[in-house]
Amino acid sequence: MVAQTKLGTFLSSWPTRLALLMIVIVIVMAVFAPWLATHDPRFLDPAVRLRGPSAAHWLGTDSYGRDLYSRIIFGSRVSLLVGSGVLAIAIVFGVLFGALAGYFRSLDSLIMRIMDGVMAIPAILLAIAMVSVSGSSLSTVIVAIAIPEIPRVTRLVRGILLSVRGEPYVEAAVTLGTSPAAILVRHMLPNTVAPLIVQGTYIFAAAVLIEAILSFLGAGIPPEVPSWGNIIADGRTYFQLLPGLVLYPGIVLSLTILTINMVGDTARDALDPKLAGRA
Amino acid sequence: MAGTSPSTEPILSVRDLRVVTASRSNPRTVVEAVTFDVMPGETLCIVGESGSGKSVTAFSVMGLLPPDALRIAGGAVTLEGRNLAEVRYGEILALRATTMSMVFQEPMTALNPVQRIGEQIGEVIRIHRDTPAAERRRMVLKMLAEVDLPDPERIYAAYPHELSGGQRQRIVIAMALILEPKLLIADEPTTALDVTTQKQILHLMRELKTRHNTAVIFITHDFGVVSEIADRILVMKDGMVVEHGTREQILTNPVAAYTRKLVASVPNLHPPGREAARNAAILQVRNMSKTYGRASLFGKTAGVAALSAIDLDVHRDEVVGIVGESGSGKSTLARCIIGLVDGWQGEVRLGGEALAPNSRQRSNAIKQRIQIVFQDPYRSLNPRRVVSASLMEGLRNFGMGEREALAKVSEVLAIVGLERDVLRRYPHQFSGGQRQRLCLARAIVMEPEILIADEAVSALDVTVQAQVLDLLDDIKRRTGVAILFITHDLRVAAQISDKIVVMQKGRIVEQGTPHQVIGAPQQDYTRELIGSAPGAGWDFKNFRAFDTAPG
Repeated sequence: MVAQTKLGTFLSSWPTRLALLMIVIVIVMAVFAPWLATHDPRFLDPAVRLRGPSAAHWLGTDSYGRDLYSRIIFGSRVSLLVGSGVLAIAIVFGVLFGALAGYFRSLDSLIMRIMDGVMAIPAILLAIAMVSVSGSSLSTVIVAIAIPEIPRVTRLVRGILLSVRGEPYVEAAVTLGTSPAAILVRHMLPNTVAPLIVQGTYIFAAAVLIEAILSFLGAGIPPEVPSWGNIIADGRTYFQLLPGLVLYPGIVLSLTILTINMVGDTARDALDPKLAGRA
Repeated sequence: MAGTSPSTEPILSVRDLRVVTASRSNPRTVVEAVTFDVMPGETLCIVGESGSGKSVTAFSVMGLLPPDALRIAGGAVTLEGRNLAEVRYGEILALRATTMSMVFQEPMTALNPVQRIGEQIGEVIRIHRDTPAAERRRMVLKMLAEVDLPDPERIYAAYPHELSGGQRQRIVIAMALILEPKLLIADEPTTALDVTTQKQILHLMRELKTRHNTAVIFITHDFGVVSEIADRILVMKDGMVVEHGTREQILTNPVAAYTRKLVASVPNLHPPGREAARNAAILQVRNMSKTYGRASLFGKTAGVAALSAIDLDVHRDEVVGIVGESGSGKSTLARCIIGLVDGWQGEVRLGGEALAPNSRQRSNAIKQRIQIVFQDPYRSLNPRRVVSASLMEGLRNFGMGEREALAKVSEVLAIVGLERDVLRRYPHQFSGGQRQRLCLARAIVMEPEILIADEAVSALDVTVQAQVLDLLDDIKRRTGVAILFITHDLRVAAQISDKIVVMQKGRIVEQGTPHQVIGAPQQDYTRELIGSAPGAGWDFKNFRAFDTAPG
């Protein structure tokens, strides 16, 4: 009953519905890319370099004659892969470290000082370093972006566990002989689910954005793979000639980030009534 | 002593007040047909249990109803001849503090933590009057002296965190009275305070009321407080006035059945006759000390002694009431015994066997023998788990099968007075009293030898509190469990305990049977506690004043 009310609040506003629609569109783009695309995104056709939009090429072509529309469609695959990959790694390790630090007080300061250290590494520098050591590939980029996100999740989970460990129902479980692992899983960790959903949307959006930045800088996904960052990087040289090469992928990227963050904000308001109505 | 004769016009007159929820489609009535007058210099107590509408009534008068949740749907609120329902919002603002003002329950959060006391009180004057700064300062200092605060100059320059709860409530009262309003509304102003502080604040309010001829509406759930301060009493239930009369009428001859039940549920200081249990000691605490250390920069620990040299015996079939004010160490003692707090010195023996300090180091067989019920019934059950899972958790931990555990839990539910169908529900579907019964069931299904009740009835309404106390007594008789009953309320302890232990600042000050401790206290502190217990002179159960001292 409570869950339904929360879902109701969540879906009641039009901006949220539009944002969810946009996310659904991006997911459809990624899943059905081969059917939605009109051309092979990697097919070089020097005959039609740098053309404006036409019936054959809806959004025009880039400097190698590749179809921009098809490349943007396929680019969504990279973005979603990076987003979900980073999210999975950050949540799994973040919850693990956070649970250890928040429940076993002896491990707390060790884990948290390591996390402070990891947080001090600039994400983009770390990614550039890792790519230059192990070569540019999708998995390297995912790992490189995920590592600096782990401490954020760790801190969140640890903070919540510290605040609920004094709750009477947790203490009651201790006196009933419930094992530490069961207390953690049954009574404490469920409290982290709602905040993690919210934090997860921000991590996802940040990962998509950082991948685009890295690719734009040439330190991300291999250049032949169509990713939104690569497309913008390729197009920037010809921006004055054909602004669409930067604008179209840029608009899709911005809308995606914006809508994921919007969904995150509404989820936060819906899941935490105390924050409802605040900016 | 009785009501002031209505020779003058009432300051406030409320007629047929009706308050509804702000929902457009389906407004629900929260307060209905509430009618009363308050005369100058008179204290009207509005008494009721949670959800009775007593605070909503007060907030309606102040114009403080949350606009998106509640609104006045009918009736008139007339303050000095002006109907507040017809007055513009700006005018209500001008009336606040000058004509009517309010004191809230929680002194810890009622003051701005980053503003000096003097400035906060001075601000009230500045908003309403063109008083020069020097004159403002003089007025504030005079008021600080009037609420009996020592060294007004120092308090004037202090920040709220430098003051105790009682001192802060004096500041809040000073702020409310600085412009000499005709009407003061106090919403549970002493509920968050210790009894000794409560007594001082009640005394102060009585004195100020007489001196300034202020009309006071005093909202409370505690009939003890009512018996100390009320001229007239308005009893509310479910948003309606149940009964209305002078203090003597309501306390000695209540007419409505609900009022009779409410008054009769109030615990008094006179212990019922009980025979001291003479069984073998099941729990022995020897020389227990606990220091909360604070590691300083140089590795030394400047500790705070929470418990020092505690010796305590608890016998089978005995209720030991541990009484003390906040900071006395009574909860720490319970938590050390059950192992939720470790790092203590001394010895705890359960049936002769020494216990490890931390519950983690104790075997399940030991854990089973000591169980606890906490104060807050809303946080004592995991809100995400169905009740049956919570009640069976302990039994299942000990390897009992699901079917057997369920059968046992069902048996215990009958003892705590709940139906079997509660098992399929979630905690949020229950009232506070029902949840506390569930917590009791969860504890006694383990068949403990010691049951610790840590302020287990303090958060409950008085009628529910009386039921749970009866239930505890019943459980003790049926199972022979020894109960360690921790409470700040000496009256409750007097009713349920076979032995009372008085604690102060981590030490046991005095212990003995209720008759010894309350009837012939040996220590000054015990005498002070007894003297501070509100309503000590009243035998609520029998609707009369006591003619003998308690004990």
